Amino acid sequence: MKPYSPNSPRQSLLRSEVEPLLEVRGISCNYDLERAVFDLSLTVHRGEQVCLLGPSGCGKTTVLRAIAGFHPILTGSILINDQQVSAVNNMVPPEARRVGMVFQDHALFPHLTVRENIAAGLAQLSAGLRGESVGEMLERMGLSHHADRYPHELSGGQQQRVALARALAPKPLLLLMDEPFSSLDQELREHMGQEVSDMLKESGTTCVMVTHDQNDAFALGDKVGVMSEGAIVQWDTPYNLYHQPQTHFVADFIGNGVFINGQCEDKKQVNTSLGMLQSDIALDWSNDADIEVLLRPDDVVYDPDGSIIAKVTRRAFKGAQIMYTLRTLDGVKLLALFPSHANFGIGDEVRVRLDVDHLVVFEQNSTVD
Amino acid sequence: MPSRDKSITDMPKKRSTFLLSVLCFGMAFLYIPMFLLIVYSFNYSKIVSVWGGLSTRWYISLFESEEIWSALMLSLKIAIVNATFATLFGTLAGLALARFRHFRGRTLFTGMISAPLVMPEVITGLSLLLLFITLGDLIGWPEKRGITTITIAHITFSLAYVAVIIESRLSGIGETLEEAALDLGAKPLRVMMDITLPLLAPGMLAGWLLAFTLSLDDLVIASFVSGPGSSTLPMLIYSRVKLGLKPDINALATMIILAVAMGVLIAGWILIRQQKQRERDAQLAGAK
Repeated sequence: MKPYSPNSPRQSLLRSEVEPLLEVRGISCNYDLERAVFDLSLTVHRGEQVCLLGPSGCGKTTVLRAIAGFHPILTGSILINDQQVSAVNNMVPPEARRVGMVFQDHALFPHLTVRENIAAGLAQLSAGLRGESVGEMLERMGLSHHADRYPHELSGGQQQRVALARALAPKPLLLLMDEPFSSLDQELREHMGQEVSDMLKESGTTCVMVTHDQNDAFALGDKVGVMSEGAIVQWDTPYNLYHQPQTHFVADFIGNGVFINGQCEDKKQVNTSLGMLQSDIALDWSNDADIEVLLRPDDVVYDPDGSIIAKVTRRAFKGAQIMYTLRTLDGVKLLALFPSHANFGIGDEVRVRLDVDHLVVFEQNSTVD
Repeated sequence: MPSRDKSITDMPKKRSTFLLSVLCFGMAFLYIPMFLLIVYSFNYSKIVSVWGGLSTRWYISLFESEEIWSALMLSLKIAIVNATFATLFGTLAGLALARFRHFRGRTLFTGMISAPLVMPEVITGLSLLLLFITLGDLIGWPEKRGITTITIAHITFSLAYVAVIIESRLSGIGETLEEAALDLGAKPLRVMMDITLPLLAPGMLAGWLLAFTLSLDDLVIASFVSGPGSSTLPMLIYSRVKLGLKPDINALATMIILAVAMGVLIAGWILIRQQKQRERDAQLAGAK
């Protein structure tokens, strides 16, 4: 795939700092007569790729459909390019919004060829310009040899590319993608995710993607909004979501890990059943507060001289590493990621130590957020 | 792969005599009456049940019979007009039921549209007859019963069948394709013309053919609402049976069986060809 550019990348990069392209201001939506989105706001700048990530039923698709204009909003407003497109009882119809959408099942028109599918959004162009546009798009997506085929004759990855080409051909202001990779198998999924991400970044296309798969989200999103029950609980970079989750839900949803109980000894130390843990930043908790600490699998390090003795209860071989589920003598469950040469069987005793520099700490039993 | 296929075909098959005889009996039950009818259509004798030697005289008499030809033409005319209007109205009804999700009384309408499917034909015929008589008295239309009233009656029940076909086809297609077209900047009317209707075309064709067949087949409702001089083919055949069968009806029936068989064969051939084409395409796509 070659880069695709609606406007020159340099220009969009310069403007990205200042100009928000999409502003969602406090919207609420119903889905099947039940409130699915609560007072949700987000801003996407020009050239940014963002991702809404959450478990199924969290309202993320409803938000995307509201932005596309398929779903009415009950409060708030949506602005695209400084123009109000959605307000209460006042909707610009989807065909006048200049957004391009990639649907979950691709939604390619089965009775049209690849070429006709891509041309579908170019009706206002003259035949000559349209042919040129489509030809360019076909070439960029590497679909030139399939131009006269019908969608059912294509493989999943090719269909995905046609869907993307069709959405991008009319040069939309904003690209929306609803679980675009969910119908692809794992290998192709990672490959396509990377390919699409590179293409969007090079061309400076502004994009909002919705997914329940964190790998997809991390591959594509500069910023990721984790959603739960109709609200964004954390809007952050993938790195921060993993390393500095703001809530118990985010910590649990992103990546693997376990929570262990403990008490704050002072601002820098937490006393747990696995020993005293040092924090490199001051903790915002009063002394003796009952808290829980997040332990990622990479925080538990294999060490023959370690002070913690645990039994292996489960192992999952992952090539370079092995993911172990451990149980300490006190019955605390741990997840640990060891290099592959640290090879233990189920029931073996292992010595480990904790290597945590920044502590992620929550109030005990705060699972309800 | 080939070795596995071979082992399957080489496996000794145990044919159940019971199943085979049931199959033969069923086929005989279905096709012996038709076979007899075809044989007797070549009977020279005037009495239907007595064999009098091979002859094509009844075919000649059939082609010379003004009555049968006009009944056939009338039936075809009614069937074509009926199928066309039933498809038009049925498609509109199906669209309304499938696409306008939340309107008041939607469930009621859905139930009501399928009522003619389960209503006994006698009741439908009788109620339509009463309607036409009352209308004739009140506004002077229809002046007399005939081809118009039969056509209207057929449209009323055929459109229910079409609506059900269209609705199920629409829910099969889903709304995403229409949304995709809107998203690409097409106005709703364009979406209807470029996306929805082309996708509906197979359903509409099926609906048209079903309405055509239903109309061509109908005896009960047509008998209720027809008038003097407007006998459809089923009505004519039925009245001939009552008056004493002449073998030219056998000849006519043979022609109809032939036409239907041809239709089924052609449709089957087209389907098989499409299936093969699809398999080829899938293989091509897989190979890439």
